[in-house]
Amino acid sequence: MRSEPYIQDQTLKDLKTDLEKVQKAVAGALLNCKYTEYAQFSVRLCLEEAIVNAFRHGNRSEPGKVVKFVCKIDHESAEFTIQDEGQGFDPEGVPDPTAEENLEIPSGRGLMLMRAYMSEVAHVPPGNMLRLVYKNGPDPAD
Amino acid sequence: MSEETSVIKISEDGDVKKVAFSQPNIIDETTIHQIGKDVLALIDGFERPKLLISFHGVQHMSSAALGVLITCHNRVRVKNGQLYLCDISKQIFEIFKITKLNKMFQIVDTTDVAMKSFK
Repeated sequence: MRSEPYIQDQTLKDLKTDLEKVQKAVAGALLNCKYTEYAQFSVRLCLEEAIVNAFRHGNRSEPGKVVKFVCKIDHESAEFTIQDEGQGFDPEGVPDPTAEENLEIPSGRGLMLMRAYMSEVAHVPPGNMLRLVYKNGPDPAD
Repeated sequence: MSEETSVIKISEDGDVKKVAFSQPNIIDETTIHQIGKDVLALIDGFERPKLLISFHGVQHMSSAALGVLITCHNRVRVKNGQLYLCDISKQIFEIFKITKLNKMFQIVDTTDVAMKSFK
């Protein structure tokens, strides 16, 4: 018998401690729903990127600003919403970090990794809410 | 001779400095910041650094860690040094491939191959 979906709706106040708690809880839920090791790696990486971005870029590390985190994980998919208190941004305006002239710039790869590893990545206008979906299934072919 | 900081282990092989990570996960901001600080200090200690960074045992890495590696690469290049990365797992190598940083870094399979590659 399949278990109930894992659902969380929480307010993250501290990047380090709350992110660790989120990662631990999500890892447990993914394991329960029999996601592959590759899926667990992908989700962990993308949550790290998304939540760090929300605190650092969205909230500009301002004390008192929080990040809303919602997730629903079942055997079919793992869905996440991360919302910061910033003004949002245009994701299309982010420079391509793989362009020759940008390769040696140390930042700007988080969004690219999320797009590569997740099944869906959507910024909800005005851009301060990010929706990530990982669809459970076989790992991508080599 | 070898030494260890809270985040990396440093050893010597001739004129090559070998760096290994003390933790399997290079994702925490504090850890990444410290790695950057320690490796850059190591690079700055040499006129023409020869540096080998092993990813043996590394299971997770974030884009912030890539940023630190790029900063190290840029510093080594400015000093006309050499930097090789080795022992990278399939999962971690995929991060380099997605970001096309496998084209910028000198990545080889093993420490032995890297040691033969230094000029």
